[in-house]
Amino acid sequence: MTHLVLRNIQKSFGNKTVIDDLDLEVAEGDMVCLIGASGSGKSTLLRCINLLEPIDDGYIELDGLDISDPELDPQPVRQRIGLVFQSFNLFPHMTAEENVMLAPRRIKRLSREQLRPDISALFQRFGLSEHMQHYPDQLSGGQQQRVAIIRALAMQPEIMLFDEITSALDPELVGEVLDVLRQLKAQGMTMVMATHEMGFAREVADKVCFLSGGRILEQGPPEQLFGNPQQARTQAFLSAVL
Amino acid sequence: MTLPTPAPGKTRREIHEARARQRGIVIASLSTLCVVAAVVLLVPLAPGWEAVQKSFFNGEIFLRTFPKLLQAFLLDVAIFAWCAPLIAVWALVIALCRDVRNPALYPLRLFAVLYTDIFRGVPVVLVVYLIGFGVPGLGLPRPWNSPYIWGSLALILTYSAYVAEIYRSGIESIHASQRAAALSLGMSKSDAMRFVILPQALRRVVPANMNMFIALQKDVALLSFIGPVEVLRQAGVFKSLLANFTPYVVAAIIFLCVTIPATRYADYLIAKQNRARS
Repeated sequence: MTHLVLRNIQKSFGNKTVIDDLDLEVAEGDMVCLIGASGSGKSTLLRCINLLEPIDDGYIELDGLDISDPELDPQPVRQRIGLVFQSFNLFPHMTAEENVMLAPRRIKRLSREQLRPDISALFQRFGLSEHMQHYPDQLSGGQQQRVAIIRALAMQPEIMLFDEITSALDPELVGEVLDVLRQLKAQGMTMVMATHEMGFAREVADKVCFLSGGRILEQGPPEQLFGNPQQARTQAFLSAVL
Repeated sequence: MTLPTPAPGKTRREIHEARARQRGIVIASLSTLCVVAAVVLLVPLAPGWEAVQKSFFNGEIFLRTFPKLLQAFLLDVAIFAWCAPLIAVWALVIALCRDVRNPALYPLRLFAVLYTDIFRGVPVVLVVYLIGFGVPGLGLPRPWNSPYIWGSLALILTYSAYVAEIYRSGIESIHASQRAAALSLGMSKSDAMRFVILPQALRRVVPANMNMFIALQKDVALLSFIGPVEVLRQAGVFKSLLANFTPYVVAAIIFLCVTIPATRYADYLIAKQNRARS
């Protein structure tokens, strides 16, 4: 079943076109990886899906609902779409637990006591039980990023977007964050991920899209895109990064 | 040539730095001593020194007026104590009004802009006069004609304009990614401001606000122009009574006893914050 549909997406900043007539379909439970050079539009695309950036033209459909309608209130839509950032963006004045609880407390009007069992379980699942009361600056990059993922999951989104979430991490910390994604994948979460981790994309993705100049130049299952790329630009990019 | 034998347990760098430090202390002490000696020896040579000493630095008058002036200073502290929290709150209201984006609330935004422009543009003492004399002039019944109320209001209105701008600079200093993170979770804009941006911004502007409040403590003395017998006015009374300026020096010293430690504390907070950010 198709969960997220993007049609003819146009987005420019000033007179610079960032996304140019882009189409994409994401099936339920699928992991879609967006690859491509910096500036190819991966991050902007994710921010557009989360409605942090309004698109100029085209439409985005989530489960049959046109979420790109400019008249639509973005707040309830964002609650259904989790977004995790490259730079974590945890709230530095709150403990890990408070970071995770804030949105459900305010939006779902649940008390800390009501939330605690579920949230403790999430921390436990991702190996962070001892760090619930720690502040972000007391955690390593990998731990911070896992807290950020838990924070997004606590709103029980239908789909998760990951924006180069391992790019700001020391190499030895990348693995622990990717492990979280493997778990989510096994659990059937629908995910769209911008990444430079080609090995991971190849291993876990159901579909890989190569972006260049704000368009999807080529897409397909990983074995096809990595094993037998059709476009010259895809071949050039892959041979440069692999 | 023989190399110097290193002292046990010290690196050559440590030895060098210790020596440079010692040299620095000696030079600083000598030059300070020279300047102090010059002042102490030269100033009394001025032809008017004896008269100045009598009318500004009269030890007997100092001791006689000090207790009463200290008592009067408590009124300055009291006025400060009720103005400061009201400024902190009212300034926040102004700062938030300036950031309102809802078209229906545009008048609020316009009000905030005009407010900060006007009260930052007029000298404090003028506001004290205008409100302190103007409003009671309406013939209000007691206690509503009290200069304490209207003088305090003048300080609150003026200082809130400055503190509001400090708040705003704090709000703008919080990186946009914090707001994006809050919104991406589905939080409302006002919740993002209240729970994510403001708590960080307010912490960041504590040192800047400390400086504003030190200035406020000093400007409380301006209320002496409209009636309250606080330390400056009390010193003026003594001056007329004793035909001597020493009470003013006493008042200045009392202010310094409060403002210097407060300034040092603000500097300490700023330094701590800079260390934390680097």
